[in-house]
Amino acid sequence: MGFYFIQFLTGLASASSLFLIAAGMSIIFGVTRILNFAHGSLYMLGAYISYWLVTTLTPGPLGFWLAVLAAATVVGLVGIVIETGLLRRIYQAPELFQLIATFGVILIISDITRFIWGETDLVGPRAPGLDGAIEIFGHSLPEYDIAMIVLGPLVLGIIWLIFHRTRWGTLVRAATQDREMVGALGVNQAFLFTSVFFLGAFLAGLGGAAQIPKGGADLLMDLNVIAEAFVIVVIGGMGSILGAFLAAVIIGELNAFGILVFPQMTLVLMFAVMAIVLLVRPWGLLGRPEAVSRAPGEAPEPPLQRADKAVRCLFTATILLLLLVPLFSSDFILVILIDIFIFVLFAVSLHFIMGPGGLVSFGHAAYYGLGAYGTALLVHYLGTPMEFALIAAPIIAAIGALVFGWFSVRLSGVYFAMLTLAFAQITWSVVFQWNDFTYGDDGILNIWPSAWLSSKTAYYYFALILSLVCVYILRRTLFTPFGYITRAGRDSPLRADAIGINVQRQQWLAFIFAGAFAGLAGSIYVFSKGSVFPDQVAIPQSIDGLMMVLLGGVKTLTGPIVGAAAFTALTDWLSSNEVWFWRSILGAIILALVILFPQGIVGFVRDKFRPPEERG
Amino acid sequence: MSTVLIANGLKKSFGGVKAVDDVSFEVEAGHLLAMIGPNGAGKTTCFNLLNGQLKPDEGSVTLEGQQLVGLTPRQIWRLGVGRTFQITATFGSMTVLENVQMALLSHNQKNMAIRAVVSNLYVDEAMALLERVGMVEQSGRACSILAYGDLKRVELAVALGNEPRLLLMDEPTAGMAPRERIELMELTAEIVRERNISVLFTEHDMDVVFGHADEVIVLNRGQLIAKGAPDDVRNDAQVQEIYLGSGSTFAA
Repeated sequence: MGFYFIQFLTGLASASSLFLIAAGMSIIFGVTRILNFAHGSLYMLGAYISYWLVTTLTPGPLGFWLAVLAAATVVGLVGIVIETGLLRRIYQAPELFQLIATFGVILIISDITRFIWGETDLVGPRAPGLDGAIEIFGHSLPEYDIAMIVLGPLVLGIIWLIFHRTRWGTLVRAATQDREMVGALGVNQAFLFTSVFFLGAFLAGLGGAAQIPKGGADLLMDLNVIAEAFVIVVIGGMGSILGAFLAAVIIGELNAFGILVFPQMTLVLMFAVMAIVLLVRPWGLLGRPEAVSRAPGEAPEPPLQRADKAVRCLFTATILLLLLVPLFSSDFILVILIDIFIFVLFAVSLHFIMGPGGLVSFGHAAYYGLGAYGTALLVHYLGTPMEFALIAAPIIAAIGALVFGWFSVRLSGVYFAMLTLAFAQITWSVVFQWNDFTYGDDGILNIWPSAWLSSKTAYYYFALILSLVCVYILRRTLFTPFGYITRAGRDSPLRADAIGINVQRQQWLAFIFAGAFAGLAGSIYVFSKGSVFPDQVAIPQSIDGLMMVLLGGVKTLTGPIVGAAAFTALTDWLSSNEVWFWRSILGAIILALVILFPQGIVGFVRDKFRPPEERG
Repeated sequence: MSTVLIANGLKKSFGGVKAVDDVSFEVEAGHLLAMIGPNGAGKTTCFNLLNGQLKPDEGSVTLEGQQLVGLTPRQIWRLGVGRTFQITATFGSMTVLENVQMALLSHNQKNMAIRAVVSNLYVDEAMALLERVGMVEQSGRACSILAYGDLKRVELAVALGNEPRLLLMDEPTAGMAPRERIELMELTAEIVRERNISVLFTEHDMDVVFGHADEVIVLNRGQLIAKGAPDDVRNDAQVQEIYLGSGSTFAA
């Protein structure tokens, strides 16, 4: 009995720090409609800064809490820099661009933190005055946990007072309900948004700073905590502070007790709860359905055109060149090119669902990973021959897409992105935590192609041809009724429905179709590397795909091909040469792309050569 | 003359508000029936009850004897009810021709086809429809760059794609210049006669209503207060009261 009570209190203590970051994220989303991916980075910064303050100043009990507050304030100021320097420029951009831009910020902050504090995990100092433990029902509980349990409701109370007793708070609540109306009433939106971002960043920083005696600081905190924060914001309802608190307690307790019942499945549990909430109440427990935006939609892309002569010649020349490459280049070049073929296929399959399908998936890695793990598990446990595994992989991925897609297509916009992300994280957690079956973090090794493809050159030609054929099929499908009708559902769901098109079913089928090709890409990848790791299913893999499509141009057909090639070559080069600050460089490229070249490489080139009338 | 659509005793409440209160009417084959009434009279609700967007609390809607209540907008479309919207809804990333092809593809149950390419499918049929609405010259242009009046014509061609028995047109001339309005309604009237299609439309422009409707029904506060030939409705005392006020304030 006592043990369960202690477990309950531990859950509450961890809920507090989750609540702080989720509350900040939720407030920011409510007002600015930006889902800040970089919120985990702000949390991490808070942890590192307070660690630095506390260890260098070694303050007393009061000083400790002042240091925590100071760290949070610094993070709040960083938030202001991010808001005024970056986000302000992209409030009108599509959601996808905003999410991607904040992902760029993650990379930069991660690099800066690494540079200042180094790679090693930091063990947090104990909080002065709260370094003991107290006895409850014969079990001991750290005193600091009590402080954390108090901190959550305390902050909740303060935010509530600010929101309900000040003019500024009233404006924040009004903007959360209808920001356009608040703008129309003459409220200084620039100031409102910046100050809201300060508060949100401050809370994230506070969450990170306050938890150092328990969790310390490490470089993986940003992505680890962001997934949990997302889940809490979504469960509680975007924009609802009380909802965030409630959801944080639910998740905190779910983790505390889940670990007793299903030690292997805690992460799955969390995302499963989120998936259920999204389906039953897509706007969260205490959130409200989003007000319809009155802003004009994005300009649609120009009508599809078959490739003209110049483009066809360019492609033929590229393919010829690729066929000749093995004659004169090293294995190293071949390895990079095989990577490129795989990611071209991955990116083109993602583009199919996010471009013509209009559904921006933040979890396309799930299907790539299902293909990869499906392949590896078949070969490892059943000794399946390569040829058969390559056929099975897209089928396994398609089955995954069939199940996840059925749920996902019921939502749209940010909520669709979140649910696909949740499903990808569920897949990742299974792979990561189910050690007995998937070998977890150690990965599955020794998955090599059949003898006839054992040389690098042979596998190079194999990957090239497979990728070419699949990309051709995906591209041609866009010109068929299936592709067109899918696009019709995106262009105008209202009109599509009025001419008898079942938009949801069409999107579902497109999702499965795209998932199958992603699965094949995963399978080709496994045989090229001889191994598979949970990274292939992780969030960065999904983001990489989005980056490739954006880099090339989402409103073009050749964009994903060019984007995947450029992105893969760039990242392979940056990471293999151990270029200094390569994450920051990548982050800066992302930001430049979003702000300066939203149309991507191919979109940019096309706009240069097309008469103005045909531009989207 | 045969009856295409029969609405019988339609009722729909939102909370305590009776948006549509016991409304019954028929649409005759080959007729243009205008539904008018002041703002808030229940026109849009009534429309949405017919096209399947909303389900009535009570009452029935039959299309040539087939019950429509409980069917989705998609199913109703497949039974031969075309729609145009107050604010045009077209596929912006497609050409005019492709927009019409979409309706033809869907009508012919080709939504899932992945063998043939769209550029070879139903081109002649689509061009014939565009010919009818006078949009052949613009068939290769993107819908996103068309003038609003032209978009309305495209929508009409799209709505004709399933050889409908009935067209539901929600404020077909909203947002158009006066001359364009007359042209569009004349075009609609011609097509309706030629193909023996019926039209039910809502409209605020009384010139359009009295110039083109064969019959007019008037809603006020959810109730049907008058129906008949345009001239009879125009002279109906109750209708005049709604639109012009009773004059009692001035008389006193």
